[in-house]
Amino acid sequence: MPGWIRWIIYIVLLIGLVGAIIWGYQEQQEKNAILIKAENNYQRAFHDLTYRMDELDEKISTVLAMNAPSNISPQMANIWKITSEAKADVSQLPLSLLPFNQTQQLLNQIGDFAYDVSIRDLNDQPLNDQELQALSELKDQSNQMKSDLRQVQDQVLTDGVRWMDIEVSVATNDQRDDEVLNGLQVVEEDAGQFDGLSQLNDSANNENSIELTGESYNQSDIEQVVKDYFELNEQTELTITENGEGSEVPIYNVSFNTDSFHGYAEVTKQGGNVLSYLLNRDVGESTKSLHDGRLVAETLLEDLDYNQVEMVESKQYEKTGVYKFVHVHDDTYYYPDEIQVKVALDDGQVTGLTARDFILNENKREEREFEPTLSEEEAIDYIHEQIDVQTTRLAVIETEENGEVLAYEVLGTIDGTTYRVYINANDGFEERVERLTQSEEVY
Amino acid sequence: MMKQLLGITIVCLVILGTNLTVNGFSDQVIQKGATGDDVIELQARLQYNGYYDGKVDGVFGWGTYWSVRNFQEAFGLENVDGLVGDKTKQMLVDATEYDENYINQQINNNRDINYEGGKQSNQQTNESTQESQNNQDAATNEPQAVNVPNGFSQNDINLMARAVYAEGRGEPYNGQVAIAAVILNRLDDSDFPDSISGIIYEPLAFEAVADGQINMQPNAQAREAVMDATNGWDPSGGAIYYFNPDTATSDWIWSRPQIKRIGKHIFMK
Repeated sequence: MPGWIRWIIYIVLLIGLVGAIIWGYQEQQEKNAILIKAENNYQRAFHDLTYRMDELDEKISTVLAMNAPSNISPQMANIWKITSEAKADVSQLPLSLLPFNQTQQLLNQIGDFAYDVSIRDLNDQPLNDQELQALSELKDQSNQMKSDLRQVQDQVLTDGVRWMDIEVSVATNDQRDDEVLNGLQVVEEDAGQFDGLSQLNDSANNENSIELTGESYNQSDIEQVVKDYFELNEQTELTITENGEGSEVPIYNVSFNTDSFHGYAEVTKQGGNVLSYLLNRDVGESTKSLHDGRLVAETLLEDLDYNQVEMVESKQYEKTGVYKFVHVHDDTYYYPDEIQVKVALDDGQVTGLTARDFILNENKREEREFEPTLSEEEAIDYIHEQIDVQTTRLAVIETEENGEVLAYEVLGTIDGTTYRVYINANDGFEERVERLTQSEEVY
Repeated sequence: MMKQLLGITIVCLVILGTNLTVNGFSDQVIQKGATGDDVIELQARLQYNGYYDGKVDGVFGWGTYWSVRNFQEAFGLENVDGLVGDKTKQMLVDATEYDENYINQQINNNRDINYEGGKQSNQQTNESTQESQNNQDAATNEPQAVNVPNGFSQNDINLMARAVYAEGRGEPYNGQVAIAAVILNRLDDSDFPDSISGIIYEPLAFEAVADGQINMQPNAQAREAVMDATNGWDPSGGAIYYFNPDTATSDWIWSRPQIKRIGKHIFMK
């Protein structure tokens, strides 16, 4: 081989090597830039959180010394705002795998409490002793959390801790002694120790546990129930699993495949009721109208002995119709007891049903008689005068404060926008105002 | 028996036959929530005689519903129920005119329709330069508007469908609905952000978001699963967490009360 060819090869290789080094260096730079960007986001979220806790501590302390309602209300609104900002900061930290719920919960409780106080008329209803007591406990608590966080911040700043490293150690479950992680755990534990506000807030929220009646079904009974229900042939293989401890009521999950669809059903252990099901298949071109589907859905519910139900909503989504039914008793619409039915509009077959809310709420409700004291006309007097009232009927709705209440459901319009207003049928309180929308433009 | 059946069939045929005499509309009963050409015709006709002042968008929404009711009341129909059956249709056809080609043309050209009194002057068609650029895209008779579940936009649904597709490809259908339901359950839970995007993009909340799979285009099944979840189906049993036990690395996740297992995922409170 002549010498000059060798030299050319050397030069080409050299150029290649230099190119590779330059390329690698640039890649490295880019990667670093991205890492720094991500790291900075985490850093900002953490330092913001620390700052907000400090701010929160200060505001809570000052509200304790305030007397004039005109000062307390805006201060409480401020606290509410800070808690929601602090919550946003927490959700941006790479901590989803590390339990930080207690802190979030505490922030929520403070936020809810501050909101409730800030919107109420403090001249009529000043802060009571219990609330003041809770506030002063809260002050100690936030003070503690503030200094915990400041300490963690100090470690982060002096040791140059990178959140990316913490993220990795959380993700790989590395049990090394990480001071920052330990510090955050202390914050979390502190947050969990305080429950003064939950006593104030949770008065109406004690959930009744649901007891279903009926005989207990075992797996092979369930198999038969499901086969009869969906008219499956005997050879169809069912996969049945029982729910774990986290479930509200004991139910069996059943799934199966037939030639035409994949099916899934939930059946209660007590009574063997089908709570909900979905039959998934490809739906062809629509040949039925939404109204045809409604008739199918109504027939199905009748066959299933849901007699006192009325359709309150129907929507066509491309090739399927979805219908919402609620329980109707004495001309009163019970919105918590709802059943949804899905009908494929190609052949008009029902492809889904969920009666979960209907069955569970029916069983949960204590015997309560709902009797209106206001007449329809009196109720309409409570409505904003601009609303052009179209229809009115009685309905039972679920409210956050008082559980189920009887209300007049008034549908009306202002300038082509439809509103639904619920007026309490006993004291005329405007329980809820909703703007109703139906369609969205295609963008 | 056979004679009776025959009789019934004949009666049915006669009824069907009379249905078909209504000009224009197909023979379906149009109810609130419906979409399609019949709704466009209905809205255009109601706009013609001044009962409807909204957009002719082909979706039977609240605006159309009140218009139908007002029309039924004004024309003395027995049932003021907002259902457009044969009688209402017949009355509409008698009372109004409908130029299908004109309306379709307007819709295809993305123009606002103002059909009141059937006047079709140029002044009534608002056409901006930007809209005319869209002409070619809209040449096919694509729907102008669609139904969406309460509180969600089509784009929220798209975003959720991406998350479901990325997280739950290859899972059984109910497992996909359950993933969408978890996102929705988190929306109601105060420990989580209160927007769909906030929940999906929360750091480390979803593996498929962290590794970029979220950017894949979802398939029709994922979208369907999201629609079912937004319409009230919840196969997860009220779960707010789920994980894959084969790849999970955190101990904490095992401490939560489990609800059920669907496919590869365990769903938890």
